[in-house]
Amino acid sequence: MLALDRVSKTYPNGVQALSRFSAEIRLGEIIAIIGGSGCGKSTLLRAIAGLDRASAGTVTLDHEAIVSPHAKIGIIFQEPRLLPWLSVADNIGFGLADLSAAERREKVARALERVGLAEKAQAWPRELSGGQAQRVAIARALVPQPEVLLLDEPFSALDAFTRRDLQDHLLDLWADTRPTLILVTHDVDEAVVLADRVLVMRPRPGRLFDQIEINLGRPRDRNSPLFENFKRSVLTSLDRSLDRNVPDRDATQGPGQAMWW
Amino acid sequence: MAMISDAPALQQSSEPAESATAPSRAARYARPMLGLLLPLALALGWELVVWFGWSNGRLVPPPSRVFATIAELARSGELVRHIVATLWRVSLGFAFGVVAGTVLGAISGYWSLARRLLDPTVQALRAIPSLAWVPLFILWLGIFETSKIALIAVGVFFPVYLGVMGAILSVDRKIVEVGRTFRLSGFAMIRRILLPAVLPAYVVSLRVGLGLGWMFVVAAELIGASEGLGYLLLDGQQLGKPAQILAAIVIFAILGKLTDWLIEVAAAPFLRWQDAFGRAKGA
Repeated sequence: MLALDRVSKTYPNGVQALSRFSAEIRLGEIIAIIGGSGCGKSTLLRAIAGLDRASAGTVTLDHEAIVSPHAKIGIIFQEPRLLPWLSVADNIGFGLADLSAAERREKVARALERVGLAEKAQAWPRELSGGQAQRVAIARALVPQPEVLLLDEPFSALDAFTRRDLQDHLLDLWADTRPTLILVTHDVDEAVVLADRVLVMRPRPGRLFDQIEINLGRPRDRNSPLFENFKRSVLTSLDRSLDRNVPDRDATQGPGQAMWW
Repeated sequence: MAMISDAPALQQSSEPAESATAPSRAARYARPMLGLLLPLALALGWELVVWFGWSNGRLVPPPSRVFATIAELARSGELVRHIVATLWRVSLGFAFGVVAGTVLGAISGYWSLARRLLDPTVQALRAIPSLAWVPLFILWLGIFETSKIALIAVGVFFPVYLGVMGAILSVDRKIVEVGRTFRLSGFAMIRRILLPAVLPAYVVSLRVGLGLGWMFVVAAELIGASEGLGYLLLDGQQLGKPAQILAAIVIFAILGKLTDWLIEVAAAPFLRWQDAFGRAKGA
């Protein structure tokens, strides 16, 4: 279990990016964190990743405090961040330096097969399209089999079709080993498609505002009325988090709205 | 820097590029040949002018006389002696300059305290025209080899120092962060992230440094030497033998190009990942 206990972050310039954020996230759960710009969602993710230390509060994974990058925690950034001097296969095997060459080759080959890029194994990253590059980045993060995978707006730079493909692909890959996924996004659709639970954050200072459970089976039909309902409740919560006056959108109450205040 | 940006490049498989160049192999070699047209025509023209007696070619000897001079120097063994002397000086000066430039550049690039301490001094020294050191070097190190090699090393040092420091400073922070998420230790971070990221700029700085090394070997040998290609230049001037001066210049050009090419070829296997870019640009 990943436990966030009153995580706060104040930057040296005095800006409080994150204030007393607490949450408990079960193994295998898919969490989407959504919120307006400046709500500290990326700050939170970086604290969980151990890339930046929180100013106060703790992040613990199975009772182990996270203060620096951890072997059981992987991260995928908004950009693929592939190493341009390594082939696609070597990029995927980058985190497997401790394994023997044969083991590494085997794992990389399986991962390449899994993300559908087997024929690109020896290509250079610059020869890939944006979607292919991000798939390599996903494979690179998954191949060491992390318990927790963090995703920082991973598909926001992609076009709508590629984004949908990759969302489905991510769920497909997730089903292999069922790690915990924590996804930062500003796309309501993406949050509702992927997440078991959507955490809505409120800016200045960033803090938890609302939680919405998405009680939908998978695969989820993006066009079903139920799906629309969940989207609407996330949107409403998001609007409230930004203190926007929301006319009562619809008579049908989404489950999350009960959390308002 | 473009070379380490991780933005998706345009999709480019190697097959179409291959098939596009294969039938036009002649065209591929013909294009650089175009550049040779002008110098060859000028040389041939001058050769003919002298041949027909329109000029005696005393101050500007025709190519045939320059090559005859080279051949003669080669036959007597003089040429090899001079080339060896010059190459030896350039190699030693280059080696010292590269080692010092790499070590100090890496320290300044990697460690910001060292950069604050060291860099202003280096930059101030860089502002001094390097030839201004000559009298001092001769006083300190004598008129023989040491002062010459020191001068060449100074010339090589600055571009290498600047290149290494700049390359390290401009390594993409986002790529370094990838290394951090995979928990690379300091040494592994240098070996697996920093070195490959820095290499392209490093090779460029080596080539610039080598070019300056050749420049400074001429200066050093003009100041006082009893052998070396620079000595051939000076000797040709003092004895009024322009063909010998031109012969030395031609050999400088050949050696300079050759050594530059050696660096390029030696680095090529490590920079293969950049090839696609070079090909796309050249096409």
